[in-house]
Amino acid sequence: MLINALIHTLVVLLLSPLLIGIIIRVKSRFAGRRGAPLVQPWRDIWRLLRKDLVISHTTSWVFFVGPVLGVVVPVLAFLFVPLGAFPAAISFEGDFILWLYLFALARFATAAAALDTGSSFEGMGAAREVTYASLAEPVLFFCLLVIARLSGSLSFNGMFGADIAAMWPTAGVSLLLVALCWMLVLLLENARIPFDDPTTHLELTMIHEVMVLDHSGPLLGLVHWGAAMKLMVSGALLVRVILPFSTGHPGFDIALFALGMILLAALIGVVESVMARFKLPRIPQIMVGAILFAFFAWILVLR
Amino acid sequence: MNLVNNVLILVVFINFFMLSSSRLVPCIRAVSLQGALLALLPLLTHGFTAHTVVLSCGALALKGIIIPRLLLRTIEQVGIRRELEPIIGYVPTTALGALLTSASFLFANQLPLLPEHVDSLFIPVSLSTLSSGLLLLMTRKKAITQVLGYLVLENGIYIFGILLLEAMPTLVEAGVLLDLLVGIFVMGIVMHQIHRTYSDLGTEQLSALKE
Amino acid sequence: MYWILSALLAFAVSGILGFTPGLRQRLGTALHLLCHVAAAAFGLYGLYRFAFSPLPDLILFNLPLPLGELTFRLDAISAIFLAPVFLVAPLGALYGLGYNQQHTTLHRPRKFRFWYGLMCAGTVGVLTADNAILFLLLWEIMAVSGYFVVAAEDHTPEAKSAGFVYFTATRIGTLALIAAFALLYPLLDLFRFPAAGALPAHPPLVFFLFLLGFGLKAGFMPLHVWLPGAHSAAPSHGSAFLSGIIIKLGIYGIVRVTSFCAAPPLYWGWTLLGLGAISGILGVAFALAQHDIKRLLAYHSVENIGIIAMGLGLALLGRSTDNPALIALGLGGALLHVVNHGLFKSLLFFSAGAVIRTTGTRDIDAFGGLLKRLPWTAALFLVGAVAISALPPFNGFVSEWLIFIGALQTLQSSLSDTAAALMVLPVLGLIGGLALACFVKIFGITFLGTPRTPAAQDATEATWGMRAAMLPLALACLVIGVLPTLTLPTLQMAAHHWTGIISTYPTPLPTAIAGLGWVSRIALVLIAATLLLTLGLRFKARRAPKTDTWGCGYNQPTARMQYTASSFADGLIGWFRFSLQTKKSGAQLSELFPKPGQFYSHTPDGVLERLVLPLFQHIENTFVWLRRRVQNGIISFYLLSVTLTLVALLIYIF
Repeated sequence: MLINALIHTLVVLLLSPLLIGIIIRVKSRFAGRRGAPLVQPWRDIWRLLRKDLVISHTTSWVFFVGPVLGVVVPVLAFLFVPLGAFPAAISFEGDFILWLYLFALARFATAAAALDTGSSFEGMGAAREVTYASLAEPVLFFCLLVIARLSGSLSFNGMFGADIAAMWPTAGVSLLLVALCWMLVLLLENARIPFDDPTTHLELTMIHEVMVLDHSGPLLGLVHWGAAMKLMVSGALLVRVILPFSTGHPGFDIALFALGMILLAALIGVVESVMARFKLPRIPQIMVGAILFAFFAWILVLR
Repeated sequence: MNLVNNVLILVVFINFFMLSSSRLVPCIRAVSLQGALLALLPLLTHGFTAHTVVLSCGALALKGIIIPRLLLRTIEQVGIRRELEPIIGYVPTTALGALLTSASFLFANQLPLLPEHVDSLFIPVSLSTLSSGLLLLMTRKKAITQVLGYLVLENGIYIFGILLLEAMPTLVEAGVLLDLLVGIFVMGIVMHQIHRTYSDLGTEQLSALKE
Repeated sequence: MYWILSALLAFAVSGILGFTPGLRQRLGTALHLLCHVAAAAFGLYGLYRFAFSPLPDLILFNLPLPLGELTFRLDAISAIFLAPVFLVAPLGALYGLGYNQQHTTLHRPRKFRFWYGLMCAGTVGVLTADNAILFLLLWEIMAVSGYFVVAAEDHTPEAKSAGFVYFTATRIGTLALIAAFALLYPLLDLFRFPAAGALPAHPPLVFFLFLLGFGLKAGFMPLHVWLPGAHSAAPSHGSAFLSGIIIKLGIYGIVRVTSFCAAPPLYWGWTLLGLGAISGILGVAFALAQHDIKRLLAYHSVENIGIIAMGLGLALLGRSTDNPALIALGLGGALLHVVNHGLFKSLLFFSAGAVIRTTGTRDIDAFGGLLKRLPWTAALFLVGAVAISALPPFNGFVSEWLIFIGALQTLQSSLSDTAAALMVLPVLGLIGGLALACFVKIFGITFLGTPRTPAAQDATEATWGMRAAMLPLALACLVIGVLPTLTLPTLQMAAHHWTGIISTYPTPLPTAIAGLGWVSRIALVLIAATLLLTLGLRFKARRAPKTDTWGCGYNQPTARMQYTASSFADGLIGWFRFSLQTKKSGAQLSELFPKPGQFYSHTPDGVLERLVLPLFQHIENTFVWLRRRVQNGIISFYLLSVTLTLVALLIYIF
């Protein structure tokens, strides 16, 4: 179990910035540029971690807890998540609830850190963040309920274990809806277009970016790293649903998982390139639509 | 028994007279006559014992003489001789009185009486006198007539009490009569005060004291 | 059991001692506190002794009470409800030591202490009474003392009206309870509470009367109208006890009366689930719209009562469908949430009281930047806020986790059966997300940023007494969050006592044990990692230059430019427009260089303003009309009514 945990930790810490690099590369290619090298996010994080800090005198210790939890939580959460067919390090009945609430804790800390600066920009970002995220929770619950019902298990290992390939023929429609809703939540929680634009710093377009305006140096490095890790954690389950194959060998399973993650990152890059950001009032409407889709998927499974 | 029943029927006639009359002095005279008749009843029903003689004399004195005298003196002082139109009119009042009397006769038939009381008219007449007294109290506007109604009410109770004469100790009867006296006393004082304040013995102004 | 009863007496005595005139203020307060501590010691020791015996403990006092005898029973359910009482009550008394200063002098502290002590005594009595008459008597004592606690500062019109609404609600509730117990009388033996599972199911009328009576005390959504006013008007330690303990007595009542029945019908569970969901969602929606900190916390109590009701509904469903795991998890989650809510809500009220005391106002928008001036209060408030948002590593998460797992026990059943109970998960998720938003708002706007008013700039830290009162509660939240498996044996025993199956050794739930073990490990790792990294970064930042907030290049930020409470919650409130009916008034900015303007928003309590008050106004008008017709002052009319009554009686007899 300890080796498993070590593998999980290393994967999430080391491989997650790669996803960001892939997304940026895909977007650049769409825009006709060559794009930054794939290792650029690592370089950025490393550079930031070695820099000095500048602190606003409005802030307090709460300002530090935001980025710290932003890193600690995804690492812990990743231990629950199976890497494709490679089982998770920690597994118990009801672990997905702890998983969801760990991310809620990270959100609390980030929003509090944003309000700590006393700037209206960050306050606005915090307000938007907690507003839209509260709609994402029911979607995730419905999706997980669908999979729990189909697999008969209450832990990630069981839900996304070997049986998932067998679920597609019988409950394909539900699983498709689940995958779609999951994708929407992933895009929302990780601040991707069409919900949020991670590259601009205009007031109109920001949710997550605006919350971290005042972080600098190591704090900013942790923020970026945490965002990458969060993307990996959220994406891992989606990848497993879409690519439910499993070979016998753990090494191949991990490799397959890695391939799936890369494809997912590419997909995100494509989505970001072909779509524009939605108007902010549209976001709740879309999320309510997602709730209804997920609810419908659940009803289908209940019969 | 026949004599007693006749006396009781006379009492009922007096009730009807009081219900329909608008002149005060005859009403008071009628109440006094009713009182005298009632004073006879214990002697007629239970014979001449010390108990009944005392009761008769007391009733005659109070109901027949003293209280009507007091009332006559009051109306002399106040100077009214006629009643105003009652709340529901003379004819309806009398009709209602007749209705209530027949109802009490009918009702008395339903009651489980002792065999010796089944033929007598005590219960129906008592009930009808009660209801006539209540009617007078409720429907008349002058305080004097309401006092008369109260007297008639007490008469009705008294008739009922005669049935239980052996069972009722003297002290209770004396108490009843005393209570009657005190009641009249108080009413006299109240009437005097009302007249002094309002120069009028009408009771409809009393509703202004409601709050 | 005798220890518990002596605790009851000690509470009552504390009230009397705190009231004794002629004693100097400080002496009276000190004696009051001493009695409370003694009572708590007795009570906790009694509970500790109880924890090692599996059977309920019964005491019978044969006093010649009419219609019944004095019996007290202590079983696991009562014990769980009693635990927070013995913690919160003395801490409230300790808190009260430092309360009477600056802006929040209690108008009549002696009177308050008397009623506070009596209220605590009544609470202990209600939780251990085993006889319907005794229960109702002590319930009344508790309720009436609660009124005096609420209206302690009744020189303000606000406290008067809040007290009046509370009083009306509690009267109606007690009447419903009396009616329900009276209807139940033929089945009870001399009004003694039957053993668990001894009776057939209550008829619907009795069940709904109990639900009305206990629901009015607990504060389910349509019946919660007294909560916001009462909690904001009462002094802070009074509000803490009201919110943390008193409203749970309604839940205790429902738990107790449903335990009598061996086979409750399905609609009981569904009703509680529905009520719980509505209370939870609308409670947190109303909370989001408030900017008075105590009203806001009161609405959060409504929300948490909703969560507890959902757990209880699950337990009832389990009893109806004979699913022991569902019973144990649902009831366990609900009862643990009762304890947890008692702890963190009291903590929140205490810290809010500390803030109010120093700034003199309850309006969140007047605070700001208080973390720098009240560091301890802020940290303790943060603990409470994280706990109430059900976030690991604190206790709120544990109880909600138990309810989640309970709902998941119905995973494999069909829709017609109990699978609809799975809706608990998304509903709880939504409630959790909204609660998180609300507490980020409160914590951020109150303690973070820069002070918005001079009062906030000059704020001072709470006294040592107030801080000493808050610290044990925060520690308890942490302990339950980090070591949740400690609570499992008691919860399992409570489930046994509720269903009437007594076993000599309580078997813990296998699922919950494994899961909570992991939860505690994760919580420890989380705390350790966060502390390490945060301290490391703070160390690195000790010589960092300090500047103004950059905020994307905003020059000269002022305190008034910060986000306000209304703006923070605006998006969320917009979704619930229909229920909230927020009234907004203010300047519409229309020009390039806007003129100064004012914005004002207010959310009244919907049920109170739109339903209850108009209804009572109609009733009042009807009665005024009736009285005018009947009491018209005409003597003849009165005589007529007397005669008619006599005639009617005569006819009735014959």
